[in-house]
Amino acid sequence: MLRAIHSNKNLQLLLGLLIGILFGFLLHKGGVTKYDVIIGQLLLEDFTVVKIMLSAVVTGMIGVYCLRSIGLAQLHIKPGSLGQDLTGGLIFGVGFAILGYCPGTLAGAVGRGALDALFGGIPGTLIGAWLFASAYPKLEKGILARGYFGELTLPTLLKLNSWAVIVIVCAVIIVILFAIEKAGL
Amino acid sequence: MEWLRAEQWPVYIVGIGIGVLSWLAFLLSDHPLGCSTAFARTSGMIEKLFKGSKVEEKIYFKKFAPVITWEGMLVLGIVIGAFISAKISGRFQFCWVPARWQAMIGAAPWFRWLTALTGGVIMGFGARWAGGCTSGHGISGTLQLAVSSWLATICFFLGGVITAMLIARIFSV
Repeated sequence: MLRAIHSNKNLQLLLGLLIGILFGFLLHKGGVTKYDVIIGQLLLEDFTVVKIMLSAVVTGMIGVYCLRSIGLAQLHIKPGSLGQDLTGGLIFGVGFAILGYCPGTLAGAVGRGALDALFGGIPGTLIGAWLFASAYPKLEKGILARGYFGELTLPTLLKLNSWAVIVIVCAVIIVILFAIEKAGL
Repeated sequence: MEWLRAEQWPVYIVGIGIGVLSWLAFLLSDHPLGCSTAFARTSGMIEKLFKGSKVEEKIYFKKFAPVITWEGMLVLGIVIGAFISAKISGRFQFCWVPARWQAMIGAAPWFRWLTALTGGVIMGFGARWAGGCTSGHGISGTLQLAVSSWLATICFFLGGVITAMLIARIFSV
């Protein structure tokens, strides 16, 4: 049944669209399609972005690992390397702060009428992604391969059972969220 | 149905909602929520308009074919979903310069446009370098406990916070 759904291409395009509509609706309702909220997060004044992300991670983690344990979902771990994640992550962060949106909230900002997102952020992100695609052959065997660790997960790294790690990560996230609320941020 | 018209929902409701959406994405589409791949594929589709099908021979576009896929529809859906929410809560408005930007930096649309374009180029480049963005790594990857995603996400915010602080410092003088 699930396999039939997964392999139906047109149905998948429709599902992508529907999930996207719900995602965009939620992003807007959360206020994170606004430049002001995102820059407020990066200036550590307003923790809306972190609160939404961390509560999504806790919810998502428990559900996805439950689905996996009953055989209804499989993980898609992105392989990584230090050259890929540290360097790419920092470059992303610089652009994220200058633009004031990330790729998903950028699309959401377009939906609420932000012209800086539509005419600035969207073409910019497309150009940036294209430049990377063009530079990829030169980077692939160089910096992107530095410190390669592949599809590593925290349970494998820590040599712990997945559920033990989930309990620890959820507990840490909940403590952080309580601390943020307590600090009134 | 008044709650659908509310300008904003409690942040944790939104976060939990996005978490539940990630279950649906894994269950129904065998796919993590992620946005930046769609930008890479679309850039290839645009290049194809100019250079034809030889674009498909580029190594990167062999990995990420320049066609409309689930991720592209997801990003299109985000635009529509945010539009619906903005419209029904009476918040849809064309705007060039965000309020905070105006207060911090100035009201000139051309400067905001140029900065957004520049920031977009750097962010798009970095997202593909890191292999994902704040949704693909930041939510979907971290929730799967991927080491790659936790590292990338910490760096997104590290780079973002330092840069935002520098911008605020430069423009407050």
